[in-house]
Amino acid sequence: MKKTTKSTTERLYKIFIYVALITLAVTIIIPVAWVFLASIKENSEFYRNPWSMPAGFYIQNFADAWNKARMGEYMLNSVIVTTLALLILLLVALPAAYVLSRFSFRGRKILNAAFMGGLFINVNYIVVPIFLMLVDGDKLLRGVFGDGFLLNNIFVLALVYAATALPFTVYLLSGYFATLAHDYEEAAYIDGAGYGTTMIQVIFPMAQPSIITVILFNFLSFWNEYIIAMTLLSDPKGGKTLPVGLMQLNQAQQSAAQYGQLYAGLVLVMLPTLILYICVQKKLTQGMTLGGLKG
Amino acid sequence: MRKRSGRSAFIFLCAAPAVILFTVFMIIPTINVFRMSLFRRSAYSTTEIFVGFDNFARLMKDTNFIRSMQNTILLIVVVTIITFFFALVFAAILTREEIKGQNFFRVIFYIPNILSVVVISAIFSAIYDTNNGTLNSLLSLFSGETVKILWKGESMVMVSLIIAMVWQAIGYYMVMYMASMASVPQSLYESASLDGAGRIKQFFQVTLPLIWTNIRTTLTFFIISTINMAFLFVKAMTSGGPNGASEVALTYMYKQAYTNSSYGYGMAIGALIFLFSFGLSALVNVVTKREPLEF
Repeated sequence: MKKTTKSTTERLYKIFIYVALITLAVTIIIPVAWVFLASIKENSEFYRNPWSMPAGFYIQNFADAWNKARMGEYMLNSVIVTTLALLILLLVALPAAYVLSRFSFRGRKILNAAFMGGLFINVNYIVVPIFLMLVDGDKLLRGVFGDGFLLNNIFVLALVYAATALPFTVYLLSGYFATLAHDYEEAAYIDGAGYGTTMIQVIFPMAQPSIITVILFNFLSFWNEYIIAMTLLSDPKGGKTLPVGLMQLNQAQQSAAQYGQLYAGLVLVMLPTLILYICVQKKLTQGMTLGGLKG
Repeated sequence: MRKRSGRSAFIFLCAAPAVILFTVFMIIPTINVFRMSLFRRSAYSTTEIFVGFDNFARLMKDTNFIRSMQNTILLIVVVTIITFFFALVFAAILTREEIKGQNFFRVIFYIPNILSVVVISAIFSAIYDTNNGTLNSLLSLFSGETVKILWKGESMVMVSLIIAMVWQAIGYYMVMYMASMASVPQSLYESASLDGAGRIKQFFQVTLPLIWTNIRTTLTFFIISTINMAFLFVKAMTSGGPNGASEVALTYMYKQAYTNSSYGYGMAIGALIFLFSFGLSALVNVVTKREPLEF
């Protein structure tokens, strides 16, 4: 008798758990799937039942978003900025993390502490001072060369992205480098390899898993970032990155309804991150706990 | 002797680019936040006038600023509590129970974290839309009458923000808690269950104490990231409106410093929030201090 009551509560408990899990999953899947469906709806369809399925495959939305809303151009900018920022970041952070974790020299402790402290500086606090610094820099350049080029420049934006990602990246990479045995370098030195060769040909290949984690996280943050991009690319007619262009489209949509274009734009922003995530989700959630438990 | 000099040159070459980038784009702007908070600088001239703590004195009387701080604190408290609860419960379910499709749920729950806040804001704007929104149409479906709630109106806008922010954050913290829960040895649960402890009791007496260090870390994360995410969400979703009802500290800073070009005043807000987030994190750290448990 007692046993049966226990198994009923057990069953109820199981049902409750599944209901909770499925509810949360549905609240995530439906809005995301809905954006994909809405992106192929015709504008008139949005004024009818929002739950209806798309009547056809209205590809014109993507063409409009790509050309009229300049999403194609913005996408190219985003690709350039993200790639460039990742390249600069790796080029700068890898050697720095290597010497900071494996060589003892004067000032190393201070540098390590400074980069650690950098983890707590959030970009959103310092975006205006960075902007002003570039404004002043442009003024100076105009005085000397007759033209400033620091603002509204996607290369400067990439540089700022790379710089602000340094603390996290150096932290993550040095954490990995510190676990390697010193025998690797000693063996390489005995074979006559110099410091640079040893670093590039012996150590970096071993760090590949950490490098991939670094690329994944920073790709997501650079691709999705919009506060710095909005501030530093301030020319209203000039180039923008995809999220900034999308935000403008979203704000414009509230007055002049261009739903189709907006959802097509959303798909363009989401799709690369979703594809990447599906390919590497295991790595990402593992890497997150690696970098996450830093406190 | 030759090797030594080569060594310091190598260290210098490796560390210098990172140190320069970090200094120029992070340390100097951070110092500038604090320095500029003591000055007045307008858009049209680069001359700065020293005004001491005048900016801070004005802030204390600025009702818009006080409201933005209240909203920020409300978000920190409410978003943290709700996210913390759900993340912990779902993490416990996914690690402790035998669930079909466990990996599927983990993958789905993390999706909001990889989406740009601009995308999430656009999705939620569509959900909250008064006339064509999915939320109102869903409520109409269940209640049988036409529901026209102004989700982004003055009285509901904070609730709407909280929902969106919790939706975004649950997966991230859940994955973090899952990682530390997975390291709790199974034998502890077995002996607790032999002592007659049920699920709830096991959770409070085994799981919670053993992942306490991790929880403390995430509480600091919650404070720092909620201040930030609030900025990103408000900027993309409501721009602080209507009538400043959803203004948060960092959007107000950005508005003053960037849109309004009251740089000194804006930086005073930035400096204050900087100190506030550090102070609050330190306080939470002290309050939650327990003897670490070994297992």
